[in-house]
Amino acid sequence: MNSLPELFAMDGHGPYVWSAYAITFAVLALNVIQPWLAHRRLVSVEARRRRREAE
Amino acid sequence: MNWSFFHKLGSPKWFYDISGRWLPWFAVATVLLLGIGIVWGLFFAPQDYQQGNSFRIIYIHVPAALVAQSCYVMLAAAGIVTLVWRMKLADVALRCAAPIGAWMTFIALVTGAIWGKPTWGTYWVWDARLTSMLILLFLYFGIIALSQAISNRDTSAKATAVLAIVGLVNIPIIKYSVDWWNTLHQPATFKITEKPAMPVEMWLPLLLTVLGFYALFTVSLLMRMRLEVLRREHKTRWVRDALEKAK
Repeated sequence: MNSLPELFAMDGHGPYVWSAYAITFAVLALNVIQPWLAHRRLVSVEARRRRREAE
Repeated sequence: MNWSFFHKLGSPKWFYDISGRWLPWFAVATVLLLGIGIVWGLFFAPQDYQQGNSFRIIYIHVPAALVAQSCYVMLAAAGIVTLVWRMKLADVALRCAAPIGAWMTFIALVTGAIWGKPTWGTYWVWDARLTSMLILLFLYFGIIALSQAISNRDTSAKATAVLAIVGLVNIPIIKYSVDWWNTLHQPATFKITEKPAMPVEMWLPLLLTVLGFYALFTVSLLMRMRLEVLRREHKTRWVRDALEKAK
């Protein structure tokens, strides 16, 4: 483990390791972001509905 | 034993309040455990003497596979609670956990395939461990499809619960597949009865990422369940108040 490019090359195993980590990170992020966005959407839809009812 | 918590779980409002208090702590635990575990595993853990650096995929592969299977056991448990006690929240948990379990199975399969190429020389073999994990993915698909196919909520809850319980038979098959059949897959990394066959600086980061994956699973599950509870109860007074505050 010396220079940065060497570190990322991982003795030729770099493409395997990094692609596995990239896919995993994307899927994990999706699983948190998706319900968060849906929650925000629900809050705004309900707020609009209530405003309409109040008028 | 005090069972009052079990009855409180029947109340969506109680669940919404308590899960809202837990959520930040699980989120912090997720970031810390995954952050430390992954950096340690990628850059500081020693190389494997046979597999070189490709073994570093273990720090995401094993946690994903563990959570994928635990999640299925949780679905079956939620299914039993749905059928026996007719607890609505158990049905909510079952529905919300199924997609997360499917994604975890997907991660385990994909990272396993990528790890297989430099280690076994192939992305995929039809051996017992890989095939039973693929069946787990299809079981998750079946549960997701069934839970959305029936519009009557009670019938849908019952059917989904039964499928989740029947599919439980696959879990011991996955677990013991590496012992029962000849397979390319290496045996279990962690056993309850024995010390791991790896040095501490290799398995400690793995323990951290395993706990991190469970924490992330909990965060995602609670977020989805809270959303589903709000949707189901959107006409009630407490949901209006909760949404008012969230704005």
